[in-house]
Amino acid sequence: MTVLSDAWAFLTDPASWTGSGGMLQLLGQQLLITLVALLLALLVGLPVALWLGHLGRGGFLAVNVSNVGRAIPTFALLALLVAADPWDVTGGLFPGTAYAGPFGRAGVSTLVALALFALPPIITNAYTAVREVPADVRESATGLGMSGSQLFWRTELPLAMPLIATGVRLALVQIWATATIAALVAGPGLGRVITDGFYRTLYGQGIAGALVVALVALVLELLAALAQRLVAPAHLRA
Amino acid sequence: MTLLASADAGTTCYSRLTNDWLCWQYVSDYRTEITDATVQHLQITLVSVVVALALSFPLALLARRYARLESPILGLATGLYTVPSIALLPLLVPFTGLSATTVVIGLALYALTVLVRAFLDGLRSVPEEVRESATGLGYGRGRLLLRVELPLAIPVVMAGLRVATVSTVALTTVGSLVAHGGLGNLIASGVTSDFRAELLTAAVLCVVIAVALDVVLVLVQRLLTPWTRTGAGA
Repeated sequence: MTVLSDAWAFLTDPASWTGSGGMLQLLGQQLLITLVALLLALLVGLPVALWLGHLGRGGFLAVNVSNVGRAIPTFALLALLVAADPWDVTGGLFPGTAYAGPFGRAGVSTLVALALFALPPIITNAYTAVREVPADVRESATGLGMSGSQLFWRTELPLAMPLIATGVRLALVQIWATATIAALVAGPGLGRVITDGFYRTLYGQGIAGALVVALVALVLELLAALAQRLVAPAHLRA
Repeated sequence: MTLLASADAGTTCYSRLTNDWLCWQYVSDYRTEITDATVQHLQITLVSVVVALALSFPLALLARRYARLESPILGLATGLYTVPSIALLPLLVPFTGLSATTVVIGLALYALTVLVRAFLDGLRSVPEEVRESATGLGYGRGRLLLRVELPLAIPVVMAGLRVATVSTVALTTVGSLVAHGGLGNLIASGVTSDFRAELLTAAVLCVVIAVALDVVLVLVQRLLTPWTRTGAGA
């Protein structure tokens, strides 16, 4: 079990946390990328899913986006983005040049791959959430004279909130854990600690990196659960 | 070494200068390499899913029988999902080395998390009256499980199996970390050598495998549950 004591030694050595390439810096990078990717996915996915749910159409689309999304390996997507030429229409900014953002090309590619990866849980949950508002509730709202937009904002959205929040929470933890994959294309984040340790047969370091990632995932999950309690109406709390 | 001879600089669509994304010349020249990678990908995926299936059924039965075991089993399964795949494989290497076994263990663990839940939900979806009538007809515990509960649980279990299979196909690519990633090996070498035809071909094949296995599972489900198609219900 020297591996475990190596891991402990790595974790307790201040030098492995501080400085350039230290774990604190990598942790910050990965948090930034995770949150921005989640935000991007929410900006794209939520309006579409909620609107389709409100109209009651496009269920086929909502379900299949999630199935296709699962079939595309994130690693493959990331690899394709890293190898692609920047598109002219984006002024050479996408999918990334050496000058794009603080983490360059691998960073932008990771961001895009993770945002796409997060779309399925967000879209499926948000769509289902709005669809599952009981028909009689919807009818009574219309009977009370609510217009389409009032129905959505005052009735459907509040009732759908818990399930939407579950999807976002799931997406957050999945993005965080998957963000480590950036290391496979020399991107930012804690994945580097793991792959470095692995390639240099410093297994203790690899295990230490994995532990930190798993711990932060748990913390994120707890924070998200707290946030979910705050957005869910009191009477709907489980 | 006919491959090298035919690939003289600048003439093929996958040469360094052209480096096209889509290149049939690449596919035909590297046919054996691509086939080998595809076969390895399929083998790793299938073995992992079968192992996970074999382990998850008894685990689900245990969790159902002893209520006290349910939350630890499900909790462990959920917790496992927060361990990134890129970390799980290196964690196993000190024990199982750079082998296909390492990848299979890792992937089976991930598939297990989905399948245990699917088995539990599936068995729970069997109506209590059905269970009671079977017991009334003299079915013992074992026969009740195999002849009544399991067949009725198939739709829910198959839904879980489809998710697990498709995700496993995608995750197998990460096995390239330990040099056993099937098509992931081609993707990894495509990234390091900026070989676009190799990259795109491998990525597309991954999706094709996932979709093909999904279709197979849907067909198997139709065969296993003929009663759902007559509309009479179970």
